[in-house]
Parts: sequence; structure tokens; C-alpha cells
Amino acid sequence: MEISPNVQAIAYLVSAVLFIFALKGLTHPASARRGNYYGMIGMAIAIAATLLGSGVKNYGLIAAGVGAGAVIGAVVALRIQMTAMPQLVAALHSFVGLAAVLVAIGTFLNHKAGGAVDALLMTELSAGVIIGAITCTGSVIAFGKLQGLISGKPVVFKGQHALNALIGLVTVALGVHFAMTGSAVSLALMTVLAFVLGVTLIIPIGGADMPVIISMLNSYSGWAAAATGFTLKNELLIIVGALVGFSGAILSFIMCKAMNRSILNVVFGGFGTESSGGDTNAAAQAAQQGVKSASVEDAIYWMEDAGKVIVVPGYGMAVAQAQHALKDLMELLEARGVAVKFAIHPVAGRMPGHMNVLLAEADIPYDRVLEMDEINPEFATTDVALVIGANDVVNPAAKTDPSSPIYGMPILEAGKARQVYFVKRSMRPGYSGVDNLLFYQDNCALIFGDAKDVCEGLAAALKGGGH
Amino acid sequence: MTATLVSLYIFVLACFIGYWVIWGVTPSLHTPLVALTNAISGIIIVGALLVTGAENAGTAAEIIGFFAVLLASINVFGGFLVTNRMLAMFKKKGK
Repeated sequence: MEISPNVQAIAYLVSAVLFIFALKGLTHPASARRGNYYGMIGMAIAIAATLLGSGVKNYGLIAAGVGAGAVIGAVVALRIQMTAMPQLVAALHSFVGLAAVLVAIGTFLNHKAGGAVDALLMTELSAGVIIGAITCTGSVIAFGKLQGLISGKPVVFKGQHALNALIGLVTVALGVHFAMTGSAVSLALMTVLAFVLGVTLIIPIGGADMPVIISMLNSYSGWAAAATGFTLKNELLIIVGALVGFSGAILSFIMCKAMNRSILNVVFGGFGTESSGGDTNAAAQAAQQGVKSASVEDAIYWMEDAGKVIVVPGYGMAVAQAQHALKDLMELLEARGVAVKFAIHPVAGRMPGHMNVLLAEADIPYDRVLEMDEINPEFATTDVALVIGANDVVNPAAKTDPSSPIYGMPILEAGKARQVYFVKRSMRPGYSGVDNLLFYQDNCALIFGDAKDVCEGLAAALKGGGH
Repeated sequence: MTATLVSLYIFVLACFIGYWVIWGVTPSLHTPLVALTNAISGIIIVGALLVTGAENAGTAAEIIGFFAVLLASINVFGGFLVTNRMLAMFKKKGK
């Protein structure tokens, strides 16, 4: 059976509409799963329509590729830990990028074999190759940083931006040369340089800026698909590419706004420091600096009879895998009539929405988890704010100190609670390298220790009947 | 209007749809959004199928196409399944 190009076009249209409904489903957690099914159906229709169309004649290698990809994809998707989601996403972005490069080169070879390759097609091919290659190696570097294979520290050196600009210009120049002459050498050189550019663009960006970078590479992978759509004169790829491209772009914008930094400031990198390990004498160091430290018992004393407790989780919670211990703590507090809520800063964690997924994984109901703007007015009527593995996102310096590098960043106003407890491993400052002014407030104390151990300690103390 | 211009029209209009739809996504679902867009950008598989299955595809194009199909399939299957797994975890109070 072979379907006509018109039938195929209608199938692609149906598929595109289903993808729009899929994204629309994410408006609310209740409709999200149905949305995901729409997406699956859309993809199945698109693949079936392509295979049945006149463009595909040989099926052997395709079956092998799809079969192997399905097995690998399914195994990874079902086994991956939720804390490793940022890495998985980075890896998948690199696959889309590489696939775009391969499709562009393969299309060139097929057209060349058929005789005709016009300048317009070669221009579109170049765009696909360049965007795809940058997406690919950029995502590999992001993956390495997230997985800890390479240092999360920003790698900066003198003349870095000039070097990137130079590589970029030469890459584009080779693309133009390729479009004008069809030279395979230019195509090859351009591809290699674009791969290099992906590395040099992402290497100066620090670990905690990853929410922006993940979103940006997400966007690039969409543009790569759209460029491929132009090459193949395939409207479905163009539509999907635009949807994905804009999705990533909007997420990047939201993340940047949540840090009060411009996208250029993030992309040109070099921001932040990477803390590692814990200081053994953290409490002594704290006392020296006039910061109070507290024990688990002190915190329980405040929490057990509280009216409301708000938990502010950060990347430290993810690292320590403390979400399940937090869920136990939440249930024990609720059993005592304490209202427990969770406050999420948009850039908490290593990708957009990272904290929400981890809390959902621990079976914490999503109606307890609130975004910054919703929860900020509530801190003033809260008895205890428990900050776990977060730092910069609650630093009042962002509001009060115009000389601070984080000045202007919207923060969670945890300091307005009657009592604030920080669970921290050491006195080290947050990612921005800025001292947290909240530590010096009268109503604030630090509990030193691993986030998971401390949460388990809090839960155990409550189980023991509290104070 | 040339075919490329028609494509450009579609592209620009699709950008607007993307803009409106994505702003409606709730922030708590931003991680599933990234995973889902990842899955649907696996639509590049359509290009991979056309390269691999083309009647005049030489050996080099076939091999290149095979790897493109493989990578895009990992995205499609991995992306949709992991999104589904994540979304299944989002529950309201009172099961």
C-alpha cells in the first residue's frame, strides 16, 4: 500500500494538531497525561504516513534502527532516576542535534546522487548542520557538567569571546562557500567547526546556570528540526520545530528573569563558583561570623506546635535525595495539625521545574507545592521556614544591597517567617559566591548536616513524641 | 509564491502558536514540558526515514540514515515514556 502525497499531507496536519494539543495538555497536571498520549498518537501517525509515502522504498535498515532505538529509549526512560532527569534531557538533546546533522548530510548525498543540488537547498542544509552540531556538542558538555564528568565550574580564559566569534564567523563563511560551490570539503570543515563551537560556547557556563542552558539547548533542538523541515520541504518538521524552539526560548526567558540576568550574561558565562565538600568545623566558623547554629531538637521545638511550616527546597535537596525524608516529615507534622507547604523558586535545581518532579516522586501532593508569586505573601504568617539546600534564592541582599551581584533577583521571602532554619553542610556561600544576609538575622539559625540526615532526624524526633 | 515562502509562512505562524501555547503551561510541569518537547522534536525521525529509505540512497547515505533513525527513535520512545512516568507521579491530595 502506498499513500498519495495529498493523503500524507493530511496525515501530517493531523499529527501537527495532536502535538499542539499535547503541549496544551500541560496547562494543568490533571490534563497532562492525556496530552502526552495525544503526542504519542501524533508521532505514530507521522511515522506511519512517512513510511507509507512514496519517499520510502527500503525498510530493512529502518526497522533495525527503530527497533534498537525503541529498546534503548524504553530501558533508559524506565530506569532513570528522577534526580538524573537534567542529564537525561541533555543527552536526548544531543541526539536530536546529531540526528539533524546526519539527516542534512544524508540528504545532500542523496540529492547529489540524483544530480541536482541547488543553492537554496544547500543554504538550508548548512543551517541544519550548524544548529544541529552546536546543539549536539553543547548538550554533551552540559551532560558532562550535570553528571559530574567534567567540572561544573565555568571554564573561562582570556580572548574566549573573540575565539568564539572567530569560529562562528569561519563556520558561517564555510557555509556560504558550500552553498555557492557545493564543495564537500567546505561542508565537512563547516560541520567540524560547528561541533567545536558547541563545546566552546557551553564550557564557560557554570553548573547552577544549567536551567537556562537546558532550556536554550531545548530551543536549539527545535530550530534544528525546523531547519531540517525547510531542507526536506516538510511542513510537519517546520511546525514542530517552531513549537519546540519557542518552548525552549520561553523557558530560557523565564529562567533568566528569575535570576534578573540577561540571556547574554548567562550565555557569555563565567558567573558563579562551585562549592565542593563540607567544612568539618562549620559550626565554629559560623559562631566566629556571628551566625547562630541550631540542633535538630531546637528546630523541632519550634515546628511541632507551629501553625504553618513552609519548606524551601533547593539543589542541595536533590543532591542529598532528601525528598522522601521530607515527605515523612510532612506527614508527621500534618498529623499534629501543622500546615505544611513547599515554596519553589523558578531556578531551584538544575532544570526548570526540577524540584516539582522530585517532590512529586516522593508522593507530595502538587497542591502543596507553590510557585514563588503564590507563596511569598504567606511567609509573614508562617511560623517556621525550613530552607533545605537552597541559598541565593532566599538571600535578602537581592532586595537591599544594590552592590550585590544578585541585586534585583526575585527571591522567596523566607526571612519574613517567625523563625528560619537553614539545613546546610557548611558555611560556604551559594552559587553566586555572595554571603547570605539572612544568616545574620535574629530569627535565623543554621542546622549543619546532610539534608537527608537532618530531615530524617527531624522526622525521628517527631515520631519519638516530639519535645 | 514559491514553496520556500509557503514554508516560511507556516514557520512564522507556528511560532505564534508555540508562543501562546507554551505561556499557558504551568510552571510546576516545566520538567515534563522539556521532556515532552524533547520527545516531539524526535519528529526529525521523519527526515531520517526519508534519507534511509530513499530509492537512490547509496551505502554512505544508508549508514548515515540508519544512525539518524536510531538516535531519533531513542528520543521518541525515551522522551514519551519518561514524560509519562513523570506525569503519573503528579497526584492531588486524597488518593
